[in-house]
This record gives sequence, structure tokens and C-alpha cells, in this order.
Amino acid sequence: MSIDKDTVAKIANLARIEVSESELESTVGELNNILDWVEQLGEVNTDGVEAMTSVVETQLPRRQDQVTDGGYRDQVLKNAPQSEHGFFAVPKVIE
Amino acid sequence: MSKLYPGATGDWEAVIGLEIHAQVISEAKLFSGAATAFGAEPNSQVSFVCSAQPGMLPVINEECVRQAVRTGLAMGCKINLRSIFDRKNYFYADLPQGYQISQYKDPIVGEGVVNIDLEDGQTKEIGVERLHLEQDAGKSMHDQHPTMTYVDLNRSGVALMEIVSKPDMRTPEEAAAYFKKIRSIVRYAGTCDGNMEQGSMRADVNVSVRRPGEEFGTRTETKNVNSIRYVTQVVESEIRRQIDLIEDGGTVDQETRLFEVATGTTRPMRSKEEAHDYRYFPDPDLLPLEFSQEFVDKLAEEMPELEDAKKERFIADLHITPYNAGVLTAEKENADYFETLLAAAVEKTGKPVSELGKLVSNWITSDLFGALKKLGKPINESPVSVPHAAELLGLQLEGTISGRIARDVFEIMLETGQGPEEIVEEKGLKQVSDTGEIEKMIDEILAANADKVEEYRGGKDKLFGFFVGQVMKATQGKANPQVVNQLLRPKLDG
Repeated sequence: MSIDKDTVAKIANLARIEVSESELESTVGELNNILDWVEQLGEVNTDGVEAMTSVVETQLPRRQDQVTDGGYRDQVLKNAPQSEHGFFAVPKVIE
Repeated sequence: MSKLYPGATGDWEAVIGLEIHAQVISEAKLFSGAATAFGAEPNSQVSFVCSAQPGMLPVINEECVRQAVRTGLAMGCKINLRSIFDRKNYFYADLPQGYQISQYKDPIVGEGVVNIDLEDGQTKEIGVERLHLEQDAGKSMHDQHPTMTYVDLNRSGVALMEIVSKPDMRTPEEAAAYFKKIRSIVRYAGTCDGNMEQGSMRADVNVSVRRPGEEFGTRTETKNVNSIRYVTQVVESEIRRQIDLIEDGGTVDQETRLFEVATGTTRPMRSKEEAHDYRYFPDPDLLPLEFSQEFVDKLAEEMPELEDAKKERFIADLHITPYNAGVLTAEKENADYFETLLAAAVEKTGKPVSELGKLVSNWITSDLFGALKKLGKPINESPVSVPHAAELLGLQLEGTISGRIARDVFEIMLETGQGPEEIVEEKGLKQVSDTGEIEKMIDEILAANADKVEEYRGGKDKLFGFFVGQVMKATQGKANPQVVNQLLRPKLDG
């Protein structure tokens, strides 16, 4: 599998990462190298083998339905570039 | 036979599917311990997990899992003992993670079927494709500031069930009936409050048209439709728009649209740039969700009675008309009020439910609903309490007051909130069943209307009603009509 410049530009846009025209070419090479490297795994026959989701035998941990968190608005808003009246304030996004 | 829509070039058939988002009833959010209560101060119910601070990890709320399973069971669906959480990637100001944790290929609930009731009395099966658990996003407010959007993350991370139907609906009526049915199911199951004004339930409506029997046409998806009436309007306007478009030589674009309440029509969403490229992948922060069949069986055992079963029981055991049973079970609050009142009436009168069911159901569906409609109040704000209603029906059953007087007493109860026994006592409304007293009155009336008595005896049978009326008038409606009939007939016949 290999990807071209257009695909890289599209992925960059979807990820909201700015990649300049000059960077695109080298990024195509880098990403293709990574894909080639991962592709080696395809050499192993995995027919009928369940996908492994964890290296340790463990279950998804669960919480009880109790309110144990929240209630610290000032801390939540502290790193926001802008906040007003208890809201995050962002440039207008109107649909 | 499904309904067809005539166009200039022939008949068309509509194909409709709904994706319903139902907010799970739980204290805490799906993956964090922050509260879910509606209407709190902005960002006061937000944890570092819900606001996606670096390094925070999701831990699933087990009650949300149970709620999803209960809903699946209520829709007769297959429950998947193993399901997987995926990340659905997109950017929006009210989605701090940059992705929504959802379920893609392996949802918690699989296929099922629900029955919908149509206006002509028919029922139709609508397939459910799946139900999956996912996080809700925060709320954006665009109208509070000229150049800013305000974001409140209180809703961010609250558990949602997305219930996806099969494309089995063919008319606006069917789409509305299905939405209503799912709302009833989640409300009876206690898994979602179904409150559409607060956004607890909303639907994405998929509509396409085709020539009857042909392949599906291209569909449009209208997002976030939050009332049953709006669903009807969206479907109606989309069917019309698509037929007109195709017949004028155009093609339907697969696109996302928005419903405009003011016009009752839809318009395309503005931002279409690379829309649906969500790049789903399994969330590496969450192991697969696994539980045992015993876990499911236990939840199944504890399930409350749902609308369909309740309706059948009302008809079979309580001898209520199918129409009334349908009216009473359509909303859970009505069914609850009915059952509470019936139990109270049984206690008050000592009569069995099979005997009282009909009276109680008639009283609720005509008298009480009529009054509530005039007041514009829902049943849980009824000015007449269950004990007072039971008292009123008891008085009527015992023969203390007649049905006519009961209606007057009910009016007074609505106005004053007084108890019926108190009203009857105060106003002296007790039915007169004392034969001596009634007899005396009859004699007086016959004497005062000697001419009419002659006419009656001469063959004018219809005058009997006149004499009954006179007696009732003389007693201000308090005479027991049966006693009056019994006494009047022999006296008139001489």
C-alpha cells in the first residue's frame, strides 16, 4: 500500500495540521516508509485468529453510576484562550 | 400495499429510515463521574475527562451498559455479549476530544423488530438494525455574542443510545408512529426520559424516493429533528422535493440537511467540505465491552411491563375497550395514573378490578382528559389527586351521588381542589333514595299536573319522561333515578 500527495494533503486537512507544499513531498515519503514497515505484519498468516486487544488478560474496568467528579468550572476553563460567563468562548462557528 | 406518491411522470414510493439519539438516564456520564442533570450552570458538570484534558482516560459507567441492554431487550433485539468502542473523528468546537467515542462495527445491541400502530388500525413491523452506545457532544450557543460562539460542556460525555432503524418505513405517518413507539419503549423501560424539548431525544431522518419495486434512490439525511410533528414535516417535504427535483431532470445529492421550523422544510447544511470521513478506529483507551448471558438474563427478569403487554392486559383482564387501552398506554404517565386510581378505587369500594376497570378508564379518558385539555395541563399536574378521584368514583358506585351529580362535583373539585365527600356533604348533594320522600314528591307532582296524567293514561306514553324530569327538577337532580322509575310507573298507571 502506498499513498500519494493528494491523500497526504487530505489527511492533513482532516487532522487540521498545516503541511506546506514543500513539506508534502517529504511527508509522502515518510508516511509510505511507515506503511511499508507495518505492512510486514501482513506476512504472518492470521486466518481465524482473534484480534488481540490487550497484552494482559484483563476486563474493561467499570465505574458505578455515581457522581464523583466535576464541579470545578474555574479549573476546567483555566487553560481556555478565552472564556465568558462560564462558557468557553470560541470564534463564531455557525451552521 | 404501501402508499404511493403521484408525480407528473408516474407514481413514486418513499423509503424512510430513522436514527434516533436517546439520552440515557443515569446519574453520571458514560466515561466519567461528572453529573448529567439538565439545566445546571454552564460547565459546572464537567470533569477533566469530559473536557478532554491531556492524559485523562475513560472508565465506563456500568449503569449505562445496563440501560443499553434493557433498551435492546425492550425492542426484542439481539444483545451482543462483546462489543467494541471506536473513535469517530471530526472537529467541532463542542467536541473537545476531536473524536466521539462511539461503536461502529460491533455495537452492543443487534437486530430486532418493533410493531407500530397505524391510524387505520393496522400494525406494521419495523426492523431495528442496531443500537450503540456513544458520547454526546457539548452545546454551542451562537446567538449570545456577535462574533463568538459560547460552548457549554455539561452535556459533553453524557451517554447516548443511537437506535438505527432499517429502511422499512414508507410514509410520514409510519415514520412518526415509529418515533413515537421508540419513545414509548425507552420511557417504559426507564432508559430515557423522552423529553424532546430538552433534547433528550432527537432523530436523524433519512429519506429517498424510487419507482415502486426498484432499487433504493439516493437518500438525504436531515439532522436533529426533535419532535414527532417535525419528523412528519421533514418526511413530507423531502418526498415532495425529491420527486419534483428528479422529474425536472435533476438528481438527488447524498447530503446532510437541516430542518427549518419556520417554513416546515429542509435546506442543505452549508459546510459540505469532506463531510463524512470519520476515520473510525477502535479506541485504544478502551478494552472490548464484555458481559455474560446471565447478566443479560437478570436484566430481562427485572424488566418492567411495556406498552404492548400492558395494553393487552388492560383489554383481557380489565375488560377495557381496545381504544381506551390504547389511549391509556400510549403515555406512561397516563397508564401509571390509571393503575394507581384503579387500585385506590378497589380499596375504596371493595369491588374487583375486572368490574371497575371500565368505569375508571372511561372516567379518565373522558372526564379527566377533557378537563386537563381545557386547563392545558399534563396528567402529572392534574389538579385532582388520585385519592380524591377514587373517592369520587366510590361515591358514584355506592349510589351516594348520581353520575350527573358526580360531574358537577368534579367541576367543583377542579376549581377548589376540595375533596368530593366534603363537597357532597357541604352542598347537600347526596342522592335521595328514601322512597317515602320521593313518593311524597311524586304525589305532589301528579296532583299539580292532573291534565298531563290524563293524557298519559290516554296513551301518550312519552309523557313518562316529563314526569321523571319534574321529579329530578324538584330534587335538584338528587333523586335516585332508579327509585324514581320504580315508584312513578305504578302510580301513573293508576
